[in-house]
Amino acid sequence: MKIQNFHKASSLADAYERLERSSDAAIIGGGAWMKFSSRTLEEAIDLSGLGLDAIDERDGVVAIGSMTPLRDIETSDVLKRIFNGILPHAAAQIVGVGLRNIATIGGSVVGKYGFSDLLGPLLCMDARLEFFKEGEVSLAEFLERKGRTDDILVSVNIPSKAGCGYFKKVRKTALDFAVLNITITKTDGQTRIALGSRPARAVLAMDAMAVLNGSVDNDETTIEKAAEKAAEAVRFGDNHRASEAYRKHLAYVYVRRGLFMLEEGRT
Amino acid sequence: MKLHATINGRKRVLEIQPGDVLLDTLRDHDFISVRRGCDSTSCGVCTILVEGKPVPSCTYLSARAEGKTITTVEGVQDHAARLAGFFGGEGADQCGFCNPGIALSVYALSNEAPDADEDTIRHYLTGHLCRCTGYHSQVQAVKKYLEGLK
Repeated sequence: MKIQNFHKASSLADAYERLERSSDAAIIGGGAWMKFSSRTLEEAIDLSGLGLDAIDERDGVVAIGSMTPLRDIETSDVLKRIFNGILPHAAAQIVGVGLRNIATIGGSVVGKYGFSDLLGPLLCMDARLEFFKEGEVSLAEFLERKGRTDDILVSVNIPSKAGCGYFKKVRKTALDFAVLNITITKTDGQTRIALGSRPARAVLAMDAMAVLNGSVDNDETTIEKAAEKAAEAVRFGDNHRASEAYRKHLAYVYVRRGLFMLEEGRT
Repeated sequence: MKLHATINGRKRVLEIQPGDVLLDTLRDHDFISVRRGCDSTSCGVCTILVEGKPVPSCTYLSARAEGKTITTVEGVQDHAARLAGFFGGEGADQCGFCNPGIALSVYALSNEAPDADEDTIRHYLTGHLCRCTGYHSQVQAVKKYLEGLK
């Protein structure tokens, strides 16, 4: 990425005004992946002075400021308490401490990266995104939209419900992106499953979820059927890390394993 | 544009370009302990401390360091020399290219978690690639170094 001008925003309104001024202006999150981009920015807008790096719990919601570094998510006691701490657990597996000190949750979400290990857990925890202009929108809806947003992400909001969770990152080496990541949560009797790094970005496995949530009891047969649905109905692809067939197989194995672990309280 | 930062305890004003990263800014001003490795946040070789926290300088925009404190190995010589003794003792050193980055992460760890156990050390140093040692001897050296600080 090439940057022609750097602007440290004095407020969200200031940042938005600069963003609207040029189609070649963009918000810089943590900048962790900027070397992967060939884009030339007329202006890079920095939000780091706006206090958007806190994790607050109030009124049944955990609000994570968009500029919160992944390292703060990894070490957050508040986030460790919800859904077996799947979000800190997922964050802790992303490269090393140094990268996690700069990469932000906002960058991970707005970038809609296929390799993201955070989108799956956030989808499963039913996260909602607070934008400066648009207000609140569900993460699932945001991820379905095409192209870049012209709004500013202020926070990622997670309902702090009692629930349990499972997260598995399958990778070839310690520092690599995932071949596949698998997230499952269960709360209020409802199960959610997300598959990410397919290699496309994370999606909810709706058909598999329908099997589980339409059943009175998540017994062995139901779990088996749900795991098969997750592998069949979600689209996987090939890349240099793994084939479509291998990802399909992994999805079946780990969804099945994760569901059993949640049912048996082993997470 | 100008960068005002405290580098290794000294206030400095450096001329930078908007897209410059700290790796280039620091090396251009003779902080040559900061090494260039993968140049894409994956190897840990270019690690420096900003506000006491390890970050990859190859990706950290210099403009973003305005008003902050930056530490390179040149600024923690006593610590680096002590750690080097333990690295030597454990055979944790060969080409030495990754040492400055690791030394700074260990310095940050000693402040953040002085009682770190082996698992914590391994987790904290994940992201620092070393092609010589196989890591085990480095972890042992860091363990002894931290014990020596008590």
